[in-house]
Parts: sequence; C-alpha cells; structure tokens
Amino acid sequence: MAERGAADAVPGAAEVPDTPSAGRGLLDQPLHAGAALGVLALLVALPPLAQALDGGFYVSFATRILIFALAATSLNLLIGFGGMVSFGHAAFVGLGAYAVGVLMQAGVSSALVAWPAAVLVAGLFALAIGAVSVRTHGVYFIMITLAFAQMLYYLMVSLRTFGGDDGLPLAARSGLPFGMDAANDTTFYYVVLAVCAAAFIFVQRLLNARFGFALRAIAENETRMRAIGFPVYRYRLAAFTLAGALAGLAGALLANQTGLVTPSTMQWTQSGALMVMVILGGVGHLWGGVIGAAVLLLLEEFASAWTIHWQLGVGLVLLAVVLASPDGIAGVIARWRRR
Amino acid sequence: MTGILWLEQALNGLQFGLMLFLIAAGLTLVFGIMDMINLAHGSLYMVGAYLTAAVAAATGSFAVALLAGAAGTALVGMALEVTVLRRLYTRDHLSQVLGTFALLLIANESVRMIWGEQPVPLSAPAALAGPVELLPGLQYPAYRLLIIGVGLAVALALWWLVTRTRLGMQVRAGAADREMARAMGVNIRSLFTVVFGLGAALAALAGGLLGPLLAVQVGMGENILILAFVVIVIGGIGSIRGALVAALLVGMVDTVGRTAVPLVMGDVLGPAAASVAGPALASILIYLLMAVVLFVKPQGLFPAHG
Amino acid sequence: MNTLLEVRGLSKRFGGVRASDGAALDVAHGELHALIGPNGAGKTTLIQQIAGALAPDAGSIVLAGQDITHLPMHERVHRGLARSYQVTNLFSRLSVLDNLALAVQARSGSSLRFWRPARSEGARYAEAARVAERVGLGARLAVNAAALAHGEQRQLELGLALATRPRLLLLDEPMAGMGPEESERMVALIDSLRGQYTVLLVEHDMDAVFRLATRISALVAGRVIACDTPGAIRVHPEVRRAYLGEEFAA
Repeated sequence: MAERGAADAVPGAAEVPDTPSAGRGLLDQPLHAGAALGVLALLVALPPLAQALDGGFYVSFATRILIFALAATSLNLLIGFGGMVSFGHAAFVGLGAYAVGVLMQAGVSSALVAWPAAVLVAGLFALAIGAVSVRTHGVYFIMITLAFAQMLYYLMVSLRTFGGDDGLPLAARSGLPFGMDAANDTTFYYVVLAVCAAAFIFVQRLLNARFGFALRAIAENETRMRAIGFPVYRYRLAAFTLAGALAGLAGALLANQTGLVTPSTMQWTQSGALMVMVILGGVGHLWGGVIGAAVLLLLEEFASAWTIHWQLGVGLVLLAVVLASPDGIAGVIARWRRR
Repeated sequence: MTGILWLEQALNGLQFGLMLFLIAAGLTLVFGIMDMINLAHGSLYMVGAYLTAAVAAATGSFAVALLAGAAGTALVGMALEVTVLRRLYTRDHLSQVLGTFALLLIANESVRMIWGEQPVPLSAPAALAGPVELLPGLQYPAYRLLIIGVGLAVALALWWLVTRTRLGMQVRAGAADREMARAMGVNIRSLFTVVFGLGAALAALAGGLLGPLLAVQVGMGENILILAFVVIVIGGIGSIRGALVAALLVGMVDTVGRTAVPLVMGDVLGPAAASVAGPALASILIYLLMAVVLFVKPQGLFPAHG
Repeated sequence: MNTLLEVRGLSKRFGGVRASDGAALDVAHGELHALIGPNGAGKTTLIQQIAGALAPDAGSIVLAGQDITHLPMHERVHRGLARSYQVTNLFSRLSVLDNLALAVQARSGSSLRFWRPARSEGARYAEAARVAERVGLGARLAVNAAALAHGEQRQLELGLALATRPRLLLLDEPMAGMGPEESERMVALIDSLRGQYTVLLVEHDMDAVFRLATRISALVAGRVIACDTPGAIRVHPEVRRAYLGEEFAA
C-alpha cells in the first residue's frame, strides 16, 4: 500500500491557479476582514436579539457552537495545515475540562488560574504524546493518536477520585474578574466569544507567520523541506502541542458550559465528531473549523427538532457533502467566490 | 486464582479473539486492498446481529438465522459497495472517514427506525444452553464452545480460500500491489465487491454469534470497531494471518486482563477500586500494546507487502 | 589539494544487492567533480547517502573536516550541503518565488515565529528573487511550480539548492529529461557556478560531463574504479570496459 502521508491529508485544498495574485497563494490565509467583522457583529448582537425573541436557549446554544468552533479550528490546524490527521484530539479537550474540574474540586475556581492551567495541562500532554507520535505518518499517526486518546479515556474512567465514569460536576462556573458573573448565560457568552475570537486571531496570525508557512510547506512536501534544512520534527511537534493547548482551552470553556466533566468527552467518537466538523467545514481553510462546527451543531439541532430520527438526516447530508465536495463547505464557498 | 479459572479465562479469550478475527478479517482486506478506512464496518456487524435475531424469531432455528444473517448482510454490504463506497476508493483517507462515518449514522438510525431503541432478544439455541465438562472441575458453556468451533472452522476456511483458490490468489495479489494485480488482468472492480461482501458476511456472522452474549442493540458496532482497528494495525494492514494472530492476542489480553488485573490490584488497592480500575487498565494495556507495535514495527507483525 | 568532501568505504546493501560497495570519493574545494557510471552502478544511492536521505551500513562521510555520516538531512544543510533531485521534487502548488523564499527562510533564523506576517520580510523575498534571476527564472516569479515547463522546473530544482547558500552542491542529473536547447542552458548555468560553489555532479549526458568536469569519478557496481581528469578517464581501460556496448563519447 503506497504510503500517502502528507499529500493524503490535504485533499483538494484550494484549487490554486497557475499564477496566484499577490497574497493569494496557498500559503496566504487572509482573514477576509469584511466578512469576519460582519460575523463578529452578528455574534455580538445575538443576546439582545435572542432576548427579543424570548429565546434564552439560543445564547447557550451559540456558546456551545463557539466552543466547538475553537476545538475544531485547533484540529484543523493539525489536519488541514499540518497534514497530520489526529484521531485523538478530543482527549485534549477533555484534559482541559478536567483541569478546570479538578482545580474547582480543590477549591481553586478563578478563571484566571484555572483556564491557563487547562491550556498548560493539555499542552504538556500534547507535547508528551506528540513527541512519540509525530515521528509516524499517515494511517500510523492516525492510529497512534487514537491509542493515546483511548488510554487517557480509560484512565479517567478508572480514576475514582476524579469521578470515574460518572464524571466530575462543577460546583459553579469559574470565577471571572471585574465582578462579572459567569452564571449569567449572557455574560458567559460574551466571555467565551472574546476568548474564541482572540484564539482565532492568534491562529490566523500564526498561519501567516513563518511558522504557518513552514507547517504548510511541510504538509506539501516534507522531504524537500528536510532537504532545504528545516527540522521537520520540531515544527510538527510544535504544531501538535499548540493545537492540543488550544483544544484544552476549549475544554475549559466546555466544562463551564455544561457544568459536568465526564470521560466521554475524550472518547474516540468525540474525536471523530471533531474530525467531521473540520472535514465538513473545509480542511485547510481558515474558517473550516468554525463553519463545520456551526453547520454540524445547527444541523443536529434542526434535525432533532424535526424528527427523532435526525441522525439519518445528518448522515445523509454528510454523505452528500463528502461525495460532492472534496474540501467541504469552505471549498464550495471559495470556488463560488472565484467564479 | 486456580488453574481451572485461568483455563476458563483463556478459553474466553480464545472465543473473543476468534470473533474479533472474523470482524477484523473483512476490515483488513478492505483497508489492504482498497486502501479504504471503513468506519461503517461495525455497522455491518450490527446489521448481521439484527438480521440473525429477526430470522431466529421468525424461524426458530439458530443455524438458519446465522446463515441468513450472514447472507443478508453480505448483500447489504455489496449493495453499499456498488452504490456509495466505490466512489470513496480514490479519495483521501479523510474523506473516507467522513463518508463512512455518515454511513454509520445512517445505519444506526435505520436500525433504530425498524427495530426501536430497546435491545432485541437473541438467545443461544436451547440445546447449547448448558455447560459441558471439559476437564474434571472445568464446566464451560456449550454455546461458547460452539463459537470457538465456528470461529476455528471459519479461520480454516478462510485460510483455504486465500491460499488454495484462484480468488484467494487474486485477493493476495490485490493486497500486495493493486496496480500490478490490475495489470495482470484481475478484474479489480468485481474483486472489490466480492471482498467487501465476504468481509460483511464474516462480520455479520460474528454479530450473530456474539448476539446472545452481548446485547443486540443500536451502537453495538462502535465499541468493537475500534478494537478491530487495533487488531489490524497490530497484525499488519492487509494481512489475514496478521489479523488472526493479533485478534487472538488482543482477545486474550482483553479477557484475561479484565479478570487478572482486578485480582492483582485487589490485593493492592482493595476490591472496590480494583473492580472499576481493572477493566479500564485492561483496555489501556491493549492500546499500549498497539502503541508499542506502531513504534517498533509500524508495518505490523505480518506486513502484507514487502 | 584542499578537500571539502571526503567519502570513505561507503557500503549499503538492499537485500542481496550491494548498491554501494566500499565507495570512496574526494571532492576538492572549488572543483566541479562529476560522478559517472553505467545504469545500476549505484550513483543515486551514493548521492542519497551523502545527502542524508539514506543511512549507510558502513563507511564515513566527512564535510570540511567534520564527520556528517550520522547527521540528519536538515543538519547537513546547515553545514553547507545542498542537493537537487533527479526527479523534480518541488513545492508544486507554490509559486517560484515562494519556493525559493522557503529555502531562504530555512537558513535565516528560527521559524518558531507566530505573529509577524511572513510576507512582510522584504529582505527574504528580495534574496529569493535574486536566486530566481541567477537560475534564469527572474521573469517567472509568480508562476506556480506545477505550471512551469519541464526545463524551468529543473532550473527551480537547482535554485532551491542554491538558495540555501551551500558550500557543496550535490546535483543529481540536473539535465534529466531535457531537450538539447534546455540542456545547453543548464550546462551554461552550471558552468557559471564554477568557482563560487563546489559541485558534485551526477550526470548521464557525457557531452556535458566532459565539458564541465574538473575531475571525474567512475562508479561501477558500487565502487569508484577510477578518479582522474576528463582526458585520462576517457582513455581509462577499466572505464571503457564498464561502458562496453554503450555509446561512449570520444
């Protein structure tokens, strides 16, 4: 079986024209400031709109979408830009969540302590797991990341002190600075929005910086990168660690959102769901994770309101998307804009 | 723990391992020959269990139900292959993950729509309900012996098929080098369909056989699917022999681990903690095993090519 | 003679085949050293071992007095070794400029930079443009590598190696697949590198080899059987024997 490795994991990502116009090559990841500001404005205006429509539910649903958008974007960094298909990413989300839960159980509830701790914990585990896994390629990388994630999952299931299978309930949401009360769903929403937006900007800058160029180029042609002097292992490990750390941040937010931290957050099916979001949204497209998370969660929500057999609908839609478009929804949008 | 109990656990491990082999065989062939990651393989296992249960309820004969379940699932599998899966062969692994994941959702929901959320009853044939005395002091359920028997028979039949028949030769050629096989005149398209159908039948058989022991319900495929992937990675993608060895290994480690680990830990941690930690640690052991294999011999124990 | 590259006793087996059988080679500073040999002699295997893509079973490779035998590929680049590929190995979806800019990026500091836009590094792109000019692609900066003509792609191949500012250039059949006109341009290009770079050139095109080389090493069955000036190699009995049956340019 031919080792497909990196080329395998950047499917049809952006049909690049023969002569890209300035700043529109494969390496460039423009923010599309216009669209971005528009989306941001919409998101900022959501809670008052929801109030008017008497739908407090929308705010908490939107919070959930934002959190998964962050998690999916961090995975897209690996899959779409790094060419590393990780099947164990949910483990880092879970680790971040557990960090918050465990600290709260120990009496530390300040977000200013717990959330950075979540990032650190997830990042450290990612560094350790990555150090071993990043040496492998293709399907072997997929399986080894899966293995580590499953090991962590079973570990958390067996640790009674952290709640075991039943999980760890959070006494309250993390304490926020400046007198803000996270128990208020709207306040919490805005905090999550701010955090996710900041993280997204960070990812966008990263992709357009030297690191992003190197990472992308490694995914394009790893051998040549080595041959021109790049220590490939170092950059892949850095990407894996960063992605894990960002996922940990999403986990911290998720713990606050749901109020309960369970091992099931770390199961392989959750990693699969994250992958589905990335693929659906568009692998290797800056907004891929955001679009994918939003579309999948919205789809689930609407389908489940319509029929109890909503999974069938979601499955059919996913199937249609994968058969019709090699690089997800963002790919469709990109091609449409180029017309 | 006495020698008898160890023996009993070993037999359980053998039984589980052989069933894992049936499931993994189809998966490794599809992955090895068509280079396709099929997350819906567990769904074929589930469909097999459900069809077996349905036919058993209708006819009252377990044997007929097993055959019908296998045949029916093979047809379903081949239909899927021809309509949807064929389009995914040329795609990258990621798209295959998404596509087969979608099929998994569709399969789960379809089964739920037909049979509902509650587990469907499927019992072992009455004649095999009792224990058999294998050795003085060792009582072993007759039904589990049947599973072991069927498992060994199928393994033997597969071996014969792969090494002694023309079809088997084409399968091995396809697994080793698809392009070359095509160049040598093998009708790749039909071969793929047949291989897929065969894999589906095997998975369905495992589903039907395990049905009386584990519950027949929606989502039963997911847990076993992940173990099947572990098996084929350890065994070597595309290798049936590897799948057998790895499946027995994983089956043993899993089964014996679940009993042994709590026993060992019970002495250290006390029975309550051990009863929870035990199974979890047994699972960790399996993934650790896979990680070690991936690190030391990434191609698996019996690589299919070169 | 000031030796830049010293290869001693390099051996590599693939199953029963001895691709490299105690090969030994010396490349002096500033020279253009050609490596020739009949098909299957093991030229590419030797280049791969020197570049670091393949680990030798035995032997040593010393660059400017330092043992690089077990150094990973990217480390060798930092010691001044660069390689071009026989089968074009570019970043096909990136433009010529971006291709070369990556090579410049590799040797100009760490890429663990996460904030400042890479496109803002004017000096790096200016350098890349200079290299492009050097290899004759000055007018094609914005074209994607995949859209280049074959000859231009081979020029970019060479450019990528040059952009790392090496001391030793390993050129693996730079003229592979080129027609007469393109070959002529490539020969002129490689000729212009003389003096500025030390070159180890693997080539089948005997015309080019005899025009360019300061010295020639002949590789047969994994061993270097002769190393001398072009004139001496031309009449070397063992070398002629190795090429018996092949058209040998007189």
